[in-house]
Amino acid sequence: MTSAPGQTVGPFFHLGLPFDGGNLLVPPGHPQGVRLHGRVFDGEGNGVPDALIEIWQTDPSGRVPRETGSIRRDGYTFTGWGRAQTDDGGHYWFSTLLPGSPFFAVTVFARGLTDRLFTRAYLPDPGPDALLDGLEPARRATLITTREEHGLLFDIHLQGEGETVFLSYPGQAR
Amino acid sequence: MEGKYRLAALDWSSVANVTTQADINREIEELRGSGGPQPRLDYPPYRSSVLRHPTREKHLVDPEGVELWAPCFGHADVGGTESDLTIQHAGEPLGERIVVTGRVVDGEGRPVRNQLVEIWQANASGRYWHQRDQHPAPLDPNFTGAGRCLTDGDGVYTFQTIRPGAYPWRNHVNAWRPAHIHFSLFGTDFTQRLVTQMYFPGDPLFDQDPIYQSVTDQKARDLLVAAYDHSLTTPEYRLGYRWDIVLSGTHRTPLEDS
Ligand SMILES: [Fe+2]
Repeated sequence: MTSAPGQTVGPFFHLGLPFDGGNLLVPPGHPQGVRLHGRVFDGEGNGVPDALIEIWQTDPSGRVPRETGSIRRDGYTFTGWGRAQTDDGGHYWFSTLLPGSPFFAVTVFARGLTDRLFTRAYLPDPGPDALLDGLEPARRATLITTREEHGLLFDIHLQGEGETVFLSYPGQAR
Repeated sequence: MEGKYRLAALDWSSVANVTTQADINREIEELRGSGGPQPRLDYPPYRSSVLRHPTREKHLVDPEGVELWAPCFGHADVGGTESDLTIQHAGEPLGERIVVTGRVVDGEGRPVRNQLVEIWQANASGRYWHQRDQHPAPLDPNFTGAGRCLTDGDGVYTFQTIRPGAYPWRNHVNAWRPAHIHFSLFGTDFTQRLVTQMYFPGDPLFDQDPIYQSVTDQKARDLLVAAYDHSLTTPEYRLGYRWDIVLSGTHRTPLEDS
């Protein structure tokens, strides 16, 4: 069966997609909480103010969360999924826990982007990895977060210098 | 780049060197059939894509770990009335009341059960409830234009809403989007995530819309158009549209599922 084509989220996705607490997988100030953040850049190096980022991750033990409640968070349940819009400077941020597995799965949407993009944000200093080990160093570096005092930095370059490695999966039409 | 198309206050007739619909139609024509069943990321007729599309091929990877699963949503996330966009305010919204329903299945035809569907749209006049929408058409105090639901045990979603109006945008001179409803869907795997737009049959604006035409394959584009279905129409109340949605395939084996 042919899968339905994607279409851009357009300029008005704020009406339907972001929700209160979407970027707070754990409340800010949580004892084990970290900030995962970064900027989304276009091909001229300008921040993209109308992008939307989703993350999906394991819990600190490496378990894939099966709990509901991401949209109306109860403040206790870790659902592993979050959604954040970029601000005027193209900056997004999440308050979350460090996953027990090597990467955050990341989806990128934006006005001007005709379809969503998938990528991975790896924890710093990753071990042997099927994806990373197959990339030249400069490309590999685009998938690895930088450790900071309060968490991890992950910039996303849609185009040009330092263009992020975006992923496709077997069976998916290009 | 962006500034070049921000021509809000200008009288179009006084602007000499701007892109016309005829220019865009020519560009659309040149790229017709050039892409696969998904939209071209590099699609210059949609001007905002020029600086926002990756230039490198996507890197093919086998999904692992969390990518083999999708987030779970449930009744803690979505209230039962959120699928009715006509009852969110004190009064009834203006416009043509419609029901939009369909089945979400994966690439193997299996229903995607109990999963989140989100929509957003313009009102009957073609105006979004959004700060950035400057279209001088009236807002409707009784219509916000956003809804959510969970698919049922058979993968079926249903929304009651108002048929959205066409609206102008600033891609080029006299650019108008065909009426559409934005849809956001999840599958059973992370890799099935889909954000798309549903259109109405027979829209005269299809041929000249660079967003719809960014899917350059006609058969694939047709998948974005709902069908009018009289069996869904309710006497003296609302018109019915059916739009079934196929996501990409799953990667989990039945063993991992159990
Ligand atoms: Fe729209």
